Amino acid sequence: MTMILGVPLAVLFGQLLLGLINGAFYALLSLGLAVIFGLLKIINFAHGALYMLGALTTVVMFDAFGINYWVALFLAPLLVGVVGVLIEYFLLRRIAHEDHIYSLLLTFGIALVIQGVLTNIYGVSGLRYSMPDVFQGGVNLGFMFMPYYRGWVILMALLVCFGTWFMIEKTKLGSYLRAGTEDSQLMQGFGINVPLLVSLTYGFGVMLAAFAGVLAAPIYSVTPVMGSHILIVVFAVVVIGGMGSIAGAVITGLLMGVIEGFTKVFWPEFSSAVIFLVMVVVLLIRPSGLFGKEA
Amino acid sequence: MRIMKKLLTSAIASTMLASGAQAAISDNTVKIGYLADMSGTYRDLAGPNGLTAMEMAIADFGGKVNGATIEVVNADDRNSPDVASSTVRRWVDNEQVDMVGGLVASSVSIAVSNILEENDRLGIVSGSAASSITNEHCTPNHIHYVYDTYPLANGTASAVVKEGGEKWFILTADYAFGHALEGDVTQVVEASGGEVIDAVRHPFPTSDFSSFILQAQGSGADVVALANAGADTVNAITTANEFGVTQSGQTLAALLLFLTDVHALGAETAQGIQLTTGWYWDMNPEARAWADRFLEETGVRPTMVHAGIYSSTMQYLNAIKATGSDDAQTVRKQMMDTPINDMFASNGIIREDGRMVHDMYLAEVKTPAESKGEWDLYDIVRTIPADEAYRPLSESKCPLVTNN
Repeated sequence: MTMILGVPLAVLFGQLLLGLINGAFYALLSLGLAVIFGLLKIINFAHGALYMLGALTTVVMFDAFGINYWVALFLAPLLVGVVGVLIEYFLLRRIAHEDHIYSLLLTFGIALVIQGVLTNIYGVSGLRYSMPDVFQGGVNLGFMFMPYYRGWVILMALLVCFGTWFMIEKTKLGSYLRAGTEDSQLMQGFGINVPLLVSLTYGFGVMLAAFAGVLAAPIYSVTPVMGSHILIVVFAVVVIGGMGSIAGAVITGLLMGVIEGFTKVFWPEFSSAVIFLVMVVVLLIRPSGLFGKEA
Repeated sequence: MRIMKKLLTSAIASTMLASGAQAAISDNTVKIGYLADMSGTYRDLAGPNGLTAMEMAIADFGGKVNGATIEVVNADDRNSPDVASSTVRRWVDNEQVDMVGGLVASSVSIAVSNILEENDRLGIVSGSAASSITNEHCTPNHIHYVYDTYPLANGTASAVVKEGGEKWFILTADYAFGHALEGDVTQVVEASGGEVIDAVRHPFPTSDFSSFILQAQGSGADVVALANAGADTVNAITTANEFGVTQSGQTLAALLLFLTDVHALGAETAQGIQLTTGWYWDMNPEARAWADRFLEETGVRPTMVHAGIYSSTMQYLNAIKATGSDDAQTVRKQMMDTPINDMFASNGIIREDGRMVHDMYLAEVKTPAESKGEWDLYDIVRTIPADEAYRPLSESKCPLVTNN
């Protein structure tokens, strides 16, 4: 068997694939952050909490109303998206003209409140959520056992990421969005309802986070604190990719998943820090990020 | 005149005695600090419900000891030794706290016990697992009450090796507790004729275990052992199920599982897992009766840590009552001299190294068919006698142990 640094090649293939799957979560979450920052200049620290809300809504909807996974895949992001629009309308809008740091503090506070209240209600041991029956089991790829569900995760994540990029960069709606954030007064002059556009954009970014949450519900322990651990990593991903770069966030997300996966093989203790090391190096060499425009 | 003198001296003597007895409980208040993870990974196994258990004990005791009021303060240590240290320093320096209870993350307990030793206050550790707390990190100022990694390793690992699991892969949480558990398990596995072929240390906490599970599957081990706790263990078991670890012929051994973890996993996922526990709510009528009261107060069944907090608080207050003092050394000595017989333990003994030794239990998680309710989860397979379960004093590295 071919070995690389004492690790069989087959094992590395497995880790590569798993890295891509984890990267798909990073990509979805950092995409939402990048959309919100890129278009609205809001540093959304509530993103982790909204991701958690997506997962928790999925579980609670099933327990209370028997709503299944397929419905939840649409309904949970929609409901959480509405929460996002409400947050934008009632809170973020009031400080829109202030410095970015205010939106950071506000969203951070919102995240703590959501997490704290839900921890009080649901505890932290995790809520049970069974995988839909079609995804039970997996396929032997020769180098690893691949659960069907993980394949589904990467497929869905890539589809949604591509769709979002396409919509923002290639469609008319996307051009309104980009123009609206560039010069909102001019757009308003053209008869476009910019405040509505802003609310919907924030709501859409939040929906992406909640969608990642629904995907996570069957494989990760669903707890009110699940978002707080992943949030910081995802911010690092956005910084590495370049703040506001849509494609950059997606590609960096996948890349960081892979780097983290390999670190788990060669130096497992370091795996939670490796992304931040990359971030430091990137910031030193290219302060605007891998895909960011030079300021 | 002589009579007068005699009367006078005895009067003075008795006033001194009386005032002496009063001064023995400092500022006429017994103040207990409850320190635990109130909001993070370890919240459910101790957390706010542990505080309830402590308050139940104080209420059952009558709210006062020898006329002195009993007060409780509490804080969230957020699993950080730094946060814990500064909290306990404040409690000791400014708030006259006499005893610190709860104490969950092992790193927190080790940090706190050093401060308690410097200031001669008492700590009763109920949540932590590291056996080093009463071994190389022992102090004359704390007691380790519920369980530790030694019986966990001893109970579960020796049972699994006996069933033919010889080659072990250990997945370890990368901090004091995980290291202690990994060390104790390795010792037991090797002593029982098995072999540890690989041990991987994962960051604490970790949410995605798929990489590690894949490494375990590729390792050629018979047994995949989890030397972690709380949400980490729940996540690891869920992922192991998803990747078909047991279907491919490997045995999954969770070395530390709390009732709340098994409840979160559910009987469907967790069935058949063997684990070692210090107490189970349905193990005898006394435990059940107390667990019923706890359920009424909190809405959930108690873990061994909750039961241990109740029991140890009761023992602590009884010791103050018997000695009339809240001085750490006096109380600890009294607690060491009194065998523990209550809803938690029978014939539990606190040794000179601070270890409370009592019977431990090897349990197996019931199948969904056997389980009659959401908390009806364990079958007690074997009682591990106290002297077999815990590290013998002859192997102790604690300087307090006299034969060392």
